[in-house]
Amino acid sequence: MDIELTKEDDAFRAEVRRFISEKLPRELAERETVGASGERGALRRWQKDLHEKGWVAVNWPRQYGGTGWTPLQKHIFNEEMAAANAPRLSPFGLSMVGPVIYTFGNEEQKKQHLPSILSGDVWWCQGYSEPGSGSDLASLRTRAVRQGDHYIVNGQKIWTSYAHEADWIFCLVRTDETAKPQEGISFLLIDMKTPGIEVKPIISIDGLHHLNEVFFTDVKVPVTNRIGDENKGWTYAKFLLVNERTGIAGVPESKRKIAHLRKIVKQERLGDGAALADEPAFMTRLSEIEVKLTGLEYTNLRIVAEEVAGRPAGPSSSTLKIVGTEVQQALSELAVEAAAFYAMPFQREHLMGIANEAPVGPAYAVSVTSAYNFGRAASIYGGSNEIQRNVIAKAVLGL
Amino acid sequence: MEFALSEEQCLLQDSVRRFLEQNSPLDKVRLAAGNTHTVQRSLWAGASELGIPGMLIPEDFGGMGLGFLDAAIVYEMFGRYVAPLPFLGTAVMAPLALMLAGSEAQQEKWLPKIAAGEIIAGVAVTESIGVREDAGVKAGKGTLTGKVLFVIDWAEADLYIVADSDHGLHLVLPGAKGLSRRALDTIDKTRSVGELVFDQVSAEPLPRSSADAVARVIDAGRVMLAADTLGAGQMMIEKSVAYAGERKQFGRVIGSFQAVKHLCAEMAAALEPSRSLVWYAAHALDEVPGDARLMACHAKSHLSEVGRFVARTATEVHGGMGFTDLLGLHYWFKRIGFDRQLLGGPELVRLEAAHLQGWAA
Repeated sequence: MDIELTKEDDAFRAEVRRFISEKLPRELAERETVGASGERGALRRWQKDLHEKGWVAVNWPRQYGGTGWTPLQKHIFNEEMAAANAPRLSPFGLSMVGPVIYTFGNEEQKKQHLPSILSGDVWWCQGYSEPGSGSDLASLRTRAVRQGDHYIVNGQKIWTSYAHEADWIFCLVRTDETAKPQEGISFLLIDMKTPGIEVKPIISIDGLHHLNEVFFTDVKVPVTNRIGDENKGWTYAKFLLVNERTGIAGVPESKRKIAHLRKIVKQERLGDGAALADEPAFMTRLSEIEVKLTGLEYTNLRIVAEEVAGRPAGPSSSTLKIVGTEVQQALSELAVEAAAFYAMPFQREHLMGIANEAPVGPAYAVSVTSAYNFGRAASIYGGSNEIQRNVIAKAVLGL
Repeated sequence: MEFALSEEQCLLQDSVRRFLEQNSPLDKVRLAAGNTHTVQRSLWAGASELGIPGMLIPEDFGGMGLGFLDAAIVYEMFGRYVAPLPFLGTAVMAPLALMLAGSEAQQEKWLPKIAAGEIIAGVAVTESIGVREDAGVKAGKGTLTGKVLFVIDWAEADLYIVADSDHGLHLVLPGAKGLSRRALDTIDKTRSVGELVFDQVSAEPLPRSSADAVARVIDAGRVMLAADTLGAGQMMIEKSVAYAGERKQFGRVIGSFQAVKHLCAEMAAALEPSRSLVWYAAHALDEVPGDARLMACHAKSHLSEVGRFVARTATEVHGGMGFTDLLGLHYWFKRIGFDRQLLGGPELVRLEAAHLQGWAA
């Protein structure tokens, strides 16, 4: 155990800060602070700048365009990004399908997809859940039937975040109807422009469009778009889920939200005129969450260290997912409480970042309720927290 | 001692339940939610036939002369069916303000119209709970100046009851010169609130106004919001149980898994004792004046917390479907969220309760 920062580490931190202050678009950071969704164009430019610097894929191996950083450097980088309110890049390419492609894909696939994931030129979405297959993902029924050099894909995916903006989708499909559910699944990469794909919006609790249903009708997918072996897709899918769950824990984002809440409580007045920061009950809860989060943060560091040592994270990602999402939800709750009356207004244009007039109430209150509402999804997506508890009981505790 | 609803009260609640079940199904609620700031006239006319707008108003003025417990069990049904109706301001807070502080002439003029369901009465008292920034209303000689947010039953109101910053209550007509009105969309699209901005607006004071009268209007509002949350929460539990009994994963209904079963049981265990609290708080408004304010605070803050727990847990049980617009569970979720913040969030209300009991400086 060595937690001292070296001179090199300090220099690295300074370099990261310098880069952020030069390159991070101010309006993107401000948006992130109030919680409004970042504008896509600005996000793309930010990813390009990171890419040019070689910093876009923090966790990828250097040979595929990653940073090759030490765990501590990654930690410093993430800390600085969160402190500066840098927006999180879309995880579907960088954190999800990218690692699957460089771990299980062939040379052609790596050449075709990794560069455009790094540059942000191609946006991905995730075709996992189906109407009848959520927690029981392995029961999925979208089927791919081999026909010469192609698969013919028919079926439906659901809860597909940003499918309406994505260029490609990575999909779990059934290629063997007779095998055990987990043994008849393959992992396909599908171009969203292929004929027969239809995307329908799902409007969610926050009144906005992030989610979709994706329908496949006789969609022709080249066999060369399959990752790894036929019927081995479940292995790749689980590998990805571990990364997804670790990412969902959202530790840097929660740290940023805590810092933001600490600012709000100094401005926000109670009914009797005192600052919310002087309210012990509120501050105690904020501190409790902060302690949990600190535990998670160091657990993340431990997991990174384990991975570096060649011991994959595995089921401990379930713990991270549970606690991380609980922390997110507790923070969103506190933000609603801090905003009090001003948690009520629903200001769509401000949420979308297209408003001209000043909002009703303080700017920080605009998104608190939408964040709280949509944040209910965090304990459901990526495998519900109930399912994660099953994973822990079985895989960690041997129950 | 009989801690229970009377036979008449059970019949009343049943008739409101049947009325709303038939006349305010989810697709109607959805349509209404697309026009938050429009009063659902035919639905309100139906409620008027049941006597709902005048339920608290004395029979002399054309009302039913019932009590707050009756109103609470009715509003519980409104919460259950997320009814998009102007009950809180028009049928509870405005008539109460008129009865407590109005002159005989004012009562004779307005109460029969409210009781008949002919008019909508908005209530602007939020600044008496927590004054924000530059908001608040100052009374001059027969005029009001200032602004007030979150005016309850704002839409299409035929009169507003406005509290000034010195505990004066006033009648203001929507067409009054110098009055600007701004609709405010909130998370809950089943109820209309808005802002009123007064620039030397002529207003008619309610002559018997007092700090106590304003407080009692707020107490009643808080108990009603608690009752609304109770009804909405009960419905969310029922929907969760039904969904858990239909949705299959791993070849069996998810309600057969303990993880899901216990979520449902925890909701029931949290909500059921709250029902008694709401009943007593409403009963205290009628019969136990010494307990009324404290119990209103307790009911409001406790139901806010229990409501949030139920809203959240029910959403969890529904998985992805729970946060889709399509299923509509979010109408209940948001109704409960709105109930929580309106007339004081639980943190503020608990602080008030502590003050009432001499526990806080």
